[in-house]
Amino acid sequence: MEGAVPKHAPGQSPDNVIRIRDLTFRWKLGMPQVLDLPSLVIDRGERIFIEGASGSGKSTLLSLLAGVILPERGEIQVLGERLDRLGSVQRDHFRAHHIGFVFQMFNLIPYLSVVENVLLPCRFSDQRRLRALRDADSLEAEALRLLRQLDMTDATLLRRPVTSLSVGQQQRVAAARALIGAPALLIADEPTSSLDSDRRESFIRLLFDECARAGSTLVFVSHDASLEPLFNRTLRLSEINRSAAARRAEG
Amino acid sequence: MQLLILAWKSLLNRRATALLTLLSISFSVLLLVGVERLRTEARESFANTISGTDLILGARSGTVQLLLYSVFHIGDATNNISWKSYQDIAAMPRVDWIIPIALGDSHRGFRVIGTDQSYFTHYRHGRNQSLTFARGGPFQDLYDVVVGAEVAKSLGYHLGDAVVVAHGASDVSFARHADKPFRVVGILERSGTPLDRALYVSLQAIEAIHVDWRNGGPPPPGQSIPAGQAREMDLTPRAITAALIGLKARIATFQVQRRINEYPEEPLTAILPGVALSQLWGLVGVAENALLLVSVCVVIVGLIGMLTALLSSLNERRREMAILRSVGARPAHVFALIMGEAFALTTTGALTGVALLYAVLFSTRQLIEYRFGIHLAQTGLSAHELMLLGLVLLAGLLVGILPSYRAYRLSLADGLSIRV
Repeated sequence: MEGAVPKHAPGQSPDNVIRIRDLTFRWKLGMPQVLDLPSLVIDRGERIFIEGASGSGKSTLLSLLAGVILPERGEIQVLGERLDRLGSVQRDHFRAHHIGFVFQMFNLIPYLSVVENVLLPCRFSDQRRLRALRDADSLEAEALRLLRQLDMTDATLLRRPVTSLSVGQQQRVAAARALIGAPALLIADEPTSSLDSDRRESFIRLLFDECARAGSTLVFVSHDASLEPLFNRTLRLSEINRSAAARRAEG
Repeated sequence: MQLLILAWKSLLNRRATALLTLLSISFSVLLLVGVERLRTEARESFANTISGTDLILGARSGTVQLLLYSVFHIGDATNNISWKSYQDIAAMPRVDWIIPIALGDSHRGFRVIGTDQSYFTHYRHGRNQSLTFARGGPFQDLYDVVVGAEVAKSLGYHLGDAVVVAHGASDVSFARHADKPFRVVGILERSGTPLDRALYVSLQAIEAIHVDWRNGGPPPPGQSIPAGQAREMDLTPRAITAALIGLKARIATFQVQRRINEYPEEPLTAILPGVALSQLWGLVGVAENALLLVSVCVVIVGLIGMLTALLSSLNERRREMAILRSVGARPAHVFALIMGEAFALTTTGALTGVALLYAVLFSTRQLIEYRFGIHLAQTGLSAHELMLLGLVLLAGLLVGILPSYRAYRLSLADGLSIRV
């Protein structure tokens, strides 16, 4: 699938991880427009904070970046790949290979162990598996290394059913899973909103460290503006999204 | 493979519902294959009741009726065959052997069959098996009786016991041949056929116990003839009920049959046992097919149970699907995951069902053989049974398509976050 499209169109930097131009989206024909983004550019290695209240088009933007949905009009380019030009199977592969996700809660599959949960991306992507094996002898060793980096050191903790872990522990397991196999892009959707305020910052710092180590770009989405100072740059959806619906939500 | 493991772990996570689904599938498979096995074996043992006999001779009547009273000891003959006709047929050059059968008496609910030694030498059942004795031997004396295994077992008879034969099929005191008791001299080995449920005496004995009867009724007072005196009288049979015929060459069967049917002095019928058996099975077959139909319905109900369980689990599993999608699973994976679950459930259900069947067969084999005379072979699955199992698996997969497609649609719509 790579090579199917020219990697870098003229007038753009190879450091663009995400590049969106004149993008619009509505869920169904005749329904109000949810997103209208004239331009959005994120560079490699950036730690971006995207701030938006619910209804501002956050989830929609993330679904577009994940390649789960396609824009109505406009370009969406992730890691040099025009997602709007890929087929659905190619987009699924692209997501599996290059993007890690952490959600607000319920990130883990309840019937799998901690390590099995962390290793899930390697089951669906050869690239992630090979990259995970680059620095470790086995997939399990790499999973344990990541968990250790994220302060999940207690061996008894790893043997417990994931549903019995605290929310903070679950979020760290989810982070380890998003990071395994070093995806180029890590998207975190309100990952701290179910954590205590003092735990939020430490979790975000751990995430930063691991993103830096893996060379991943971090896109962090939240409605909690107090986290803003920790990041390189902040984008306010209410400012960049011109759609009427989003403005109403803001108002 | 990865997906199948995932499907399996997911199932284990919901083991209570999964177990119930599994149970309903295994029991329906147990029923289906069990009924099929019983059907085959019943047909087999039915066809095994008589073998080696080329023609059955009787007075003119229906094919099935003649088969029923001559072989299965069910129902009554409408007419007899005169002794002269019997001897004429027996003397036909193509006839190798002939077994006379005289019916009409009973003993405590079991038929008494008047015959001669040829019954013990020529009668064949099953795969060409002749009659064998568990104890004693054939009748020799006029008042000797041989009893079937079931008769001996249920009435507790031993060699030397006295047996009083009753006139007709019902055992009422005024119609007993109490003055001429018989002595048990032989007990037959169990055969699993109607042979087990009968008593055997000589044709002369039948004649002797009726020698003083007049017009089908007991002798008038003062005119009865004692047992000892009857021995001295002419005991040539006057009539018999039916006869089993073996020919020297099978190829002559139709020729002999035609000659018997055209016998000028008395209206007679000769039937081919194989043809009559399949006609009779055609009648029984309706019930048997109904049984199979019911068990097929039970399998369908079991699979619908699985469908319900799968469909109702989908809503609570939407989050699970969304997580899988976020780590790289395609909607096709989600489809395969549910299919894998349906496959795992049906396969495990079918295997458990077959295991249960063998457990049941093994533990009830003797009971069934004893009570119904059906010998259930402890063999592996027949090609037909394997085909039935294959159909169940196929049906399971087909049933799995609906929830799988629904999960596929849901995961397409939900993407990575659930919009309820």
